[in-house]
Amino acid sequence: MQDFLDSLIAGGSFAGIPRDLVYAGGMLVFGLIVVFGFVLNVSGATTFVERRVWGRMHNRVGPNRVGPQGILQWLVDGIKLLMKEDIVPADADPPLFKLAPYVVIMGFVAAFVAVPFSSALIVADLDVGLLFITSVTALVVVGILMAGWSSNNKWSLIGGIRSAAQIVSYEIPAGISLLPIVMIAGTLSTQGIISQQGWAPWTWFLFYNPFTFVGFFVFFTAALAEGNRTPFDLPEAESELVAGFVTEYSGVRYLMFFMAEWGNLYIIGALVTLMFLGGWQVPHFTDVAVVQNAAQFLCFFLKAYGWVLIAMWVRATLPRVRVDQLMSICWKFLVPIAFVNLIGTAVWMVLFPEGLWPVRILLFALGTAVILYFCGRVIFHLRRAQVRQRGLFTANPLS
Amino acid sequence: MRKKGYFRNIADTCWTIFDGMAVTMSHVFRKPVTVQYPDRMPVRVQDQLPFRYRGILEVDLEICTGCLACERACPIDCIVIEAKKDMKTKEMILSRFDIDMAKCMYCGLCSEPCPTGSIHHTPEFEGADFSLESLVRRFVKDPVVAYKVKKGDQPETDPETAMLLERGLRYVNEFASGGEAE
Repeated sequence: MQDFLDSLIAGGSFAGIPRDLVYAGGMLVFGLIVVFGFVLNVSGATTFVERRVWGRMHNRVGPNRVGPQGILQWLVDGIKLLMKEDIVPADADPPLFKLAPYVVIMGFVAAFVAVPFSSALIVADLDVGLLFITSVTALVVVGILMAGWSSNNKWSLIGGIRSAAQIVSYEIPAGISLLPIVMIAGTLSTQGIISQQGWAPWTWFLFYNPFTFVGFFVFFTAALAEGNRTPFDLPEAESELVAGFVTEYSGVRYLMFFMAEWGNLYIIGALVTLMFLGGWQVPHFTDVAVVQNAAQFLCFFLKAYGWVLIAMWVRATLPRVRVDQLMSICWKFLVPIAFVNLIGTAVWMVLFPEGLWPVRILLFALGTAVILYFCGRVIFHLRRAQVRQRGLFTANPLS
Repeated sequence: MRKKGYFRNIADTCWTIFDGMAVTMSHVFRKPVTVQYPDRMPVRVQDQLPFRYRGILEVDLEICTGCLACERACPIDCIVIEAKKDMKTKEMILSRFDIDMAKCMYCGLCSEPCPTGSIHHTPEFEGADFSLESLVRRFVKDPVVAYKVKKGDQPETDPETAMLLERGLRYVNEFASGGEAE
């Protein structure tokens, strides 16, 4: 971005305007393009994809009426929510109540500043990229607490408090799982981390050593919990808390909360991708920068969105955990494992400063084997279901 | 409950999540069981329902005897019949036969005492409308002569009426005998 603006300034496009002002303007324009062209659409479309994916996992169809196969459903839902009345409860704290959704969506959108799309497409390649992302996404908890408190509703309050406890707890394993990668890459910059990986899977940090391999799953679990996703969606557990901190919200403010929740999924996917899965790395196949960047964008998007799909899949699979289980998962399991990963990676880097290629290949083979075995289990369950279905009609279970 | 070891616990968690994910993934490859009512069905729902389904009431005026059994049987008085005996021709003249489907609770008590099966339920169940008045079904437009049951075992001569009568009696028989386990 900066190079592009520099070239424009050198070309005399912004004569007489201070350089910093041009930078700020460029940042705003590109930020707006990212938000309105990408972020809002992705989080909107995710709602539709999520409902369809769940539908199929529940043997249902899902929304399929608006547009071909229902692909316009998310637009219709958005318009519906925009037109609904924005109710502020009588006993609520109006300023806080109205401000809370903006804080939440701000914390989520700000993270996109440091999330790369390709080697050239990034709003700002901050030197503290990862730190920046983890800190601004922690802003979400402030918004959720504000929403919970200002609604003047006990369910909202419990939801807000739960969310605060949860996010603060899970920041620790998530943060510590970032550290091995930062140590290996030697930088916090997102582009810097990606550029140290290659396009081939065995050059990804996921397969760098056994500790990063485990750390990947620790991070993904902790990130799901930070994003208030099932099985960790206690702050908005419908069966206990109505809708948690969004109970009193309606219309466009409600939309903002959910925009942030669904958009957060993409950030989780993007973080996982850029740290463990090689980011936008594709083989260099053309010298045309635009084409190369488009391929990189596609690669990054597919990887990140793949993890969004997996998060949906987890949500369709796992039941919600209890509050005490939530805390024991974090403090008894994820935190110790994350620390082991951190120390293990440190020792590994002392022992093998250049990395160990056989281990990488071995881990890659292990990952492939796990996926293959998984496919086998899927086929096994499909077959068993068919056998059971046949048995249902031939044998009377009561006789 | 047996207390599990720490690592055993982790292994169990990983395996159950792994296998659980496989189960949900296997559901993606199965056909949805959803019946997409109303427009994406090969056969209408109404045509799949059983003969005795209690949908919206229907009266075959051609075989209505004007005996008022249904009106008396109705527990909520949603059936209103006006029938007068013509003294000259000794025929019942039906001048009104209204069923208020908004009141009807689909109990089926009216169709059980009907001697000819004239009043019966149809499989039609889509009764939504914009006004309550339009839910009142008026079967008599102009006063008509009620049907007279033939004496003895004399068969019905008019083929159209015979068909209706056969269908109606079948309905009554099924209704009266099928429900009770006597």
